Amino acid sequence: MDNWSLVSMCVLLGLTTRWAVSFNSYSGASKPPMFGDYEAQRHWQEVAYNLPVHEWYLNTTDNNLSYWGLDYPPLTAYHSLLCAYVAKLINPAWVELHTSRGYESSSHKLFMRTTVLIADILLYIPAVFLYCFYLSNGSSKKKVATALCILLYPGLILIDYGHFQYNNVSLGLALWGVVGLGSGWDLLGSLAFTLALNYKQMELYHSLPFFCYLLGKCIKQGLVGRGLFLLLKISLSVLATFALCWLPFLSEPQQVLQVLHRLFPVARGLFEDKVANTWCSLNVLIKIKTLLSRDAQLLLSLALTFLFVLPSSIKLLTKPTMWQFKLALVNSSLAFFLFSFQVHEKSILLPALPHRLSAVLCLACSMLPLLLKDGLLLPYAVTSLAFLFLCVYLLSALHRSSQELHLGSCYNLTRGCLSARNFSLLVKCAFGISMAAMAVLSTASAALEPPARLPDLFPVLVSIFSCMHFLASLLYFNFVQLTEPPSRRGQKKTN
Amino acid sequence: MASPMNSDSGWFLALALGVSFIKCLLINAYHSTDFEVHRNWLAVTHSMPVSKWYYEATSEWTLDYPPFFAWFEYGLSHVAAYFDKEMLVVRNLNYASPATVLFQRLSVIVTDVVFIYAIKEFNSWSCAIYRCCKCLREDKGKELLWKPSFILATLLLWNFGLIIVDHIHFQYNGFLFGVLLLSVARHFQSKTDGSVHWKSFSPFRFVVLGSIVLTTFALSFGPFIALGQIPQVLSRLFPFKRGLCHAYWAPNVWALYNIVDKVLSMLGVKLGMLDINKLPKATMTGGLVQEFQHTVLPSVSPLVTLICTLLSILPALFHMWYRPSGGRGFLRCIVICALGSFMFGWHVHEKAILMAILPLSWLAVEHREDARTFLILSTTGHFSLFPLLFTAQELPIKILLMLLFTIFSFTSLKKLFRGRLVSSVEATYLLGLIPLAVICELVYPLTPWHHTLPFIPLLLTSIYCALGVTYSFIRLYISLLTVPSTTSKGKCQ
Repeated sequence: MDNWSLVSMCVLLGLTTRWAVSFNSYSGASKPPMFGDYEAQRHWQEVAYNLPVHEWYLNTTDNNLSYWGLDYPPLTAYHSLLCAYVAKLINPAWVELHTSRGYESSSHKLFMRTTVLIADILLYIPAVFLYCFYLSNGSSKKKVATALCILLYPGLILIDYGHFQYNNVSLGLALWGVVGLGSGWDLLGSLAFTLALNYKQMELYHSLPFFCYLLGKCIKQGLVGRGLFLLLKISLSVLATFALCWLPFLSEPQQVLQVLHRLFPVARGLFEDKVANTWCSLNVLIKIKTLLSRDAQLLLSLALTFLFVLPSSIKLLTKPTMWQFKLALVNSSLAFFLFSFQVHEKSILLPALPHRLSAVLCLACSMLPLLLKDGLLLPYAVTSLAFLFLCVYLLSALHRSSQELHLGSCYNLTRGCLSARNFSLLVKCAFGISMAAMAVLSTASAALEPPARLPDLFPVLVSIFSCMHFLASLLYFNFVQLTEPPSRRGQKKTN
Repeated sequence: MASPMNSDSGWFLALALGVSFIKCLLINAYHSTDFEVHRNWLAVTHSMPVSKWYYEATSEWTLDYPPFFAWFEYGLSHVAAYFDKEMLVVRNLNYASPATVLFQRLSVIVTDVVFIYAIKEFNSWSCAIYRCCKCLREDKGKELLWKPSFILATLLLWNFGLIIVDHIHFQYNGFLFGVLLLSVARHFQSKTDGSVHWKSFSPFRFVVLGSIVLTTFALSFGPFIALGQIPQVLSRLFPFKRGLCHAYWAPNVWALYNIVDKVLSMLGVKLGMLDINKLPKATMTGGLVQEFQHTVLPSVSPLVTLICTLLSILPALFHMWYRPSGGRGFLRCIVICALGSFMFGWHVHEKAILMAILPLSWLAVEHREDARTFLILSTTGHFSLFPLLFTAQELPIKILLMLLFTIFSFTSLKKLFRGRLVSSVEATYLLGLIPLAVICELVYPLTPWHHTLPFIPLLLTSIYCALGVTYSFIRLYISLLTVPSTTSKGKCQ
């Protein structure tokens, strides 16, 4: 009885925060001719509703791909089609072919914001609670507290309800995948993840852990017996799901290639705009974009990405437990974000482990230049501070023993030169410095004018700082994952 | 594993900060004409000399609060100058630059610190009361979420009505109510048992109290008395020309009176007893504030409402005078006076229900019957505030926050008093608010009557809630007259 009231209050708090953030501006508001991501989503509704399926990804007279052409997999297009049907009922002018370009009104904004909210209510929020209640340890109150913290991740709220996107759909589906796998429903879990992948290709960041975990599990069950059967079941269902999603495009191979071309724009170069990954940060010192040819860039990024993702994947393959799986998810997505091709700021969104508070906050900070452009400084400041305070208070993030923080392995390394007390003090200092740096960077970006010679000073500084932070996180989580002993019976698994 | 919320003193800060963060997120929400009202007052007090404050009429929103509020706005205006000087120009009507909005919203959030401090003091006074007697609902030994002090703090800090009236609609009720709460807490903090004995009456104390009150009034009205402007000030403070009811009827006795009059007049026309041509047109809830006459029942004048109000609160006052029962009795009297004034007052605003709901929160965590009354009054009272936020964008916010507060109040009080609190009839009445909300917010706007009869949802809300509010008033009086007064030690105050 207590649980449902606590859960419902958390959900209400989460929804209130989201809707309050949605009062603010969105990407590209009142900025013709291109506007922003909000207009892109509206345009996809227009395209999906008015044009036949085989023209969605093609450059035609009715569909000018240079004006926000579809660059997400088919499930996004189907979702846009669904929204377009509703939009047509309310006000046909919203999705009228050609004439609805740049359409902006308060009622349209309300409609678009509502579609994001509905996706949250149906997909993301239930997944969060299932994840916390079935896949994490602790008392029920602690689980509810964890769920509340996850629900209030500033990055996701600001991007989905501020900037405007539907990351909650793909992340929600991916989280359903994790829940499925964690509960032993491998088939449903892999189906959910396949759907997530077919919604946003960024979910490739999480695909390797899913693959390695399931393969590892099959191997453990014996590749000549039940394991093989499981492997076949999963493979067939994944392929079938892909086929179903891509069905309208499977009639000709040209279509499939065109869609893939839209999803993976290798022609656009190593990176665009300021983003907190290694290539952008490296570019400050060495102009890689001009030094290397496009093909060389592609190869370099592929090589480094796989290099950094390989250890974690192999470890997961050999030891397919839920804890390893969760760590691998973080490691894989960080590696992909830091080293892969054409990464955008928003790709860093992932349900990070709650007690890596600084990483989650760094996530939001790394998107600050984008948020400032959208006029979202106030919600950024409020949600980040609220999240910091909530986590510190509710989860006692700073007061956990080093054992619970899984710094055990780190501590063993430094045991020679540091006592336990000094070690936890060091951790707290590092956290404090990290927070202070983010505060300084945020304030400077918002309040100060950059010098005329370096107009992009603050976005670059933010990107470099965030990049270093993510690199440190990548190394840390890889260390934690790889140093876990082969088998530990009765190991306490926290989050 | 460390349990969450393990620090005893940290939870209050967490609650206060949490609600403040929500308030900050609401900075860019809809604001009503009250926003312009307060901007105008900032401008008037900043730009005009004191002698012109109550005469200034460039804007239709003239100064209609007492002088201390004017001085408060004057003080704020000096800070406002750092945000946007243009807002302090009287001629800049409806000026609402982002800096203006930010400043005004922040001023409400920051002055709420007074409210937060008052709740802390109030809570510590309550804890002192609990500690001195063997109460059933002692704080210690209980899990945090179900401690009376935690529940009370949440009911006050996260009060739905206060959040939407102060931080969306735009007003300064939190700050003002904090001052009231602080005065109550301070008064009783000096005595551990909170009682005021007749025996301790002395002419000296009476004179001291009287002179404090008179000095305060003198400080406030002094400049205007010196300028000879008292009639003008009073006419601005008490605009009796505005009519028995506000444009949206507050859910009080007069709303019920109006509807009975309307029903009787319609019946009269149907039965041929009244001539339809002689009836005044329906202008009662058209959105404009006007005087109007009743058709069948006798018209109500300001004097009548004053007499009714006095009659409604005098029994409570006498009861407190002759049978004092310490802090609890005093608060109960405050609640009854506030609710009586709401029920029978002239031109009552629906926001005034908060003046009854907020002090009732303390009684609710103390006494089972009061908890029951609180649940009914707060739910209906808060629902009656819905028409204040009529924009589509704010609809989810008001529903989400209302649900949050209602779920919390019901589950926490139920846990505190171990068992069902409201009866089946009361529960059915409260559940009836859900279809009412669906009709008023979702169904009615889609009907053709939405344009011809726009006041119907307001009417329905007002009448339905008036029933609950009236019922709560009666319950409060019954509990006042039946709860025995306690003066002996060892019993809870």
